[in-house]
Amino acid sequence: MGVNTVGVGTPNHRKLVRTPQEAVAGITDGALLLVGGWGGIGVPHELILAISKLPAKNFTVVSNNCGMGIEGDVGNLFRAGLISKVITTFPVHSEAIDYLDQVKKGEVEVELTPQGTLAERLRCAGAGLGGFFTPTGVGTELGENKESRIINGEEFILEQPLHGDFAIIKADIADEMGNLRFRFAARSFNPLMAMAARRTIVEVKELVPVGEIKPDDIHLPGIFVDTIYVTDSNS
Amino acid sequence: MNLPKGWSKYEQAERVIKYLRPYSYVNLGVGMPGIVAEMLDHTRDIYFHCENGIIGYRGLEPGEEIDPDIIDAATKPVGLISGASIVAHDLSFSIARGGRLDTAVLGAFQVSELGDLANWKSPNALIAGVGGAMDLAVGAKQIIVMMKHLDKNSQAKIVKKCTYPLTACKVVDYIVTEFTVMTITSKGLTVIEMADDITEEILATITEANFTLDLSKAGI
Repeated sequence: MGVNTVGVGTPNHRKLVRTPQEAVAGITDGALLLVGGWGGIGVPHELILAISKLPAKNFTVVSNNCGMGIEGDVGNLFRAGLISKVITTFPVHSEAIDYLDQVKKGEVEVELTPQGTLAERLRCAGAGLGGFFTPTGVGTELGENKESRIINGEEFILEQPLHGDFAIIKADIADEMGNLRFRFAARSFNPLMAMAARRTIVEVKELVPVGEIKPDDIHLPGIFVDTIYVTDSNS
Repeated sequence: MNLPKGWSKYEQAERVIKYLRPYSYVNLGVGMPGIVAEMLDHTRDIYFHCENGIIGYRGLEPGEEIDPDIIDAATKPVGLISGASIVAHDLSFSIARGGRLDTAVLGAFQVSELGDLANWKSPNALIAGVGGAMDLAVGAKQIIVMMKHLDKNSQAKIVKKCTYPLTACKVVDYIVTEFTVMTITSKGLTVIEMADDITEEILATITEANFTLDLSKAGI
């Protein structure tokens, strides 16, 4: 209490786009896409649908899940045949039909990674670090052929940072500088993916004037956000 | 062989709850462990952590309105306790790996007498998901496996050595099945509780690993 922010931060209208098509227009063949969400929530449905209609293909997609039968989840990108490789933690779902089909046919390469390892690989990329040693996966087939080291008597394996070309994320509220707030468990991977990507495209429910989200209440600063699409902006 | 019925899954959950420490932070795996949150009075001193970043969830009250952004590891709608907090995935797994999480209650395909855990993949399966299982298994201070004693083909799941792909080595502390509660220590497997309708002899026929019996440790 008692601290006033001075003046008004300059709204960055260059970040705002009117349509999901405009938001994803810069995505090209072979791009590595970090797609936010976990367990069907925090998923940027409109952006994914727009990507599924792009002429670009051969994407490497990073996503916790591989489709749960929800229109506008990663399943749409599999259905459109746009994914050549996926890095994922929990693709198993009865509604991940296109994923299952393409894996069985050998049409998509799968890199399965423990969930905490995926989170930390993204964080590492965003933080400018060269990797990290984790105890997760030691002695398992997911830890095979990875460099290992004994540190303070315990075995760890080396994991690499995971950089994205684009992060496709969902937030609840953005202000006009791109500062974001997320809603409950819909936060999950979204801020980490924004940090790890060269460009971050965010789908938000609501856009508010600069200053309306107080400094202590911002979950992810606008420095990590490049493009904002507001889902109700056409209404 | 006609096996006795043993405990119901609710009685199994009651056994698990007995081994949770007061004021502890607990992660519940997908499947059978989810019953533990439904069974626990949410005014009790146990806080449930979920991979998705929720610290302090609870089972829904009857008729309570659901919020689509508040779900558990099985993506089932849950509620929040007063004092709940939300973090992103890096912090959620820092909690899991960093030694803050007191207990993870996990399902399993197999557990070995050394405490090796196999719970993410069938042998040679083309499709598998690992989720947070490996992080939780190596990170939580205490691992309780809650599972059926036998698999669908009536094969023993408590084995000398796991034949399923491992999740983590030497991590399991307790096994709670419909027939028994066992502990795993450096001395091996010890049966500390048995359902009323089971005998040590029957238990030995449905358990591949060797075990000893010490019912004086029940509930400790």
